[in-house]
Amino acid sequence: MPTLTFIEHNGTRHQIHGEVGQSVMQAATFAMLPGIQGDCGGACSCATCHAYVDEAWADRFPSATGTEDEMLDNVTERRANSRLSCQLVIEEGMDGLLIHLPASQY
Amino acid sequence: MTLNSVVIVGAGQGGFQVAASLRQEGYQGAITLIGDEPGLPYQRPPLSKAYLLGKISATALLFRPMDFYTQQNIELVHDQVVAVDRNNRQVRLASGRAVPYDHLVLAMGAHNRPLLVPGADSRGVFGIKTKADADELAPLAKEARDVVVVGAGFVGLEFAAVAAANGATVHVLELGDRPMARAISREMSDLFRAAHEAWGVHFEFRQGIGQILIEGGKVSGVVTSEGKTLPADLVVYGIGVIPNVQLALEAGLDIDNGIKVDSNLLTSDAHISSLGDVASFPCLQNGQKLLRLESVQNAVDQGRAIAARLVGKPAPYTALPWFWTDQGNLKLQIAGLSMGYDSTVALGTPESGQLSVLCFRDSQLVAVESCNRPGDHMAARKILARPPRLTPAEAQVPGFELKAWEAANRD
Repeated sequence: MPTLTFIEHNGTRHQIHGEVGQSVMQAATFAMLPGIQGDCGGACSCATCHAYVDEAWADRFPSATGTEDEMLDNVTERRANSRLSCQLVIEEGMDGLLIHLPASQY
Repeated sequence: MTLNSVVIVGAGQGGFQVAASLRQEGYQGAITLIGDEPGLPYQRPPLSKAYLLGKISATALLFRPMDFYTQQNIELVHDQVVAVDRNNRQVRLASGRAVPYDHLVLAMGAHNRPLLVPGADSRGVFGIKTKADADELAPLAKEARDVVVVGAGFVGLEFAAVAAANGATVHVLELGDRPMARAISREMSDLFRAAHEAWGVHFEFRQGIGQILIEGGKVSGVVTSEGKTLPADLVVYGIGVIPNVQLALEAGLDIDNGIKVDSNLLTSDAHISSLGDVASFPCLQNGQKLLRLESVQNAVDQGRAIAARLVGKPAPYTALPWFWTDQGNLKLQIAGLSMGYDSTVALGTPESGQLSVLCFRDSQLVAVESCNRPGDHMAARKILARPPRLTPAEAQVPGFELKAWEAANRD
């Protein structure tokens, strides 16, 4: 069971467990992590699961395309490593995945 | 008044959200979440699409795992509430148990409007509301060769797209003259009609279902209200829902097309709130007239609003309604309410499959429907959430983009 680390905007660190095959959004909401909402349940429809994948991990995921890319264009403070975490699937070998959280989802 | 116990009737999207948000808000009293379905609370939207196609697992449907309810001290009760005793502030369950409350939240949702034609109770006839419905339907949907869908609303068309993708011949019966007529503009309807037809879906407009034909206890076809016979080994209907108001009605609460609540989502009893599909609320975007909305956004945002009020942060509910539906490779996202719109401006083209229809009423933007233009949807949600409102004249300028307008007009 991979361990994921989330760092809030204010520096608070959270370590949670994820399942292989699960989305990073669901791992976060299952662990009741503050700052990831996932209102639409992972349909890439709400953009309330915005997160920054740490640079060291960014190339482990296929890059944002299509709907996700366009949704991200409208989040608060998009960066090069911005993702909608509902579109990030946890795979084998992702133990230690590091995710940074934005100051706000809106 | 100190709040020591909150009882929530209905463990769907809205009921779950109240429980989760109460804990997030720091409420430490008892929470009892009562649902009449087995298992853990789950999301319904994927039942008619991703889950049915096997694209997501049963675990991915869950809002939270079992541990969450234990750790957050949320008592999950699988039972039926048979009465609300307002005088003694308790609910009575079918098992005989009575659960006392300081505050009660009614989140019973809605049930499918039943198909009232001969043969509707046969094997092979489905409404989709619960996970159990979807689990029973999924294997049949894979094998079905001739599918008849009754009702061209969101759920019916989501299923039609699934069935067509599975290789079935699909007929959709619709009393109106275009798809999703209740929810979207004619321009957007036309795009979806063309897309479904390209996927092999046949529409039968201005026709309802007259009769379901049975052979050997199983569906073999349908006869439409116009007398047309269509072969069918599977019939799926989505002809609207009926709010589950019975408990509230028997408890003497005010009802008006749903459980009537005020702008704080309180019912006619100050100790009882209601939300989601079952609640009829004064809607800011509907000129403060009562409205009942059936959507995830509505349940989630109203759940948060009730939780905030219960921990001492009351605020009138004003959230912007938004909706989505996924059909085939098309994602339709709607921001705002288009009821009563009198003009439209289109961005993009139907032919490209990327289209946004801006709906105006009295020269004020009231809703934006976006198909495969999610950027427009996100910008529209920001624009519609606060003034100033975009006018048709501004939107008609060549090269107009919602996102740029939003950025230029931001406070």
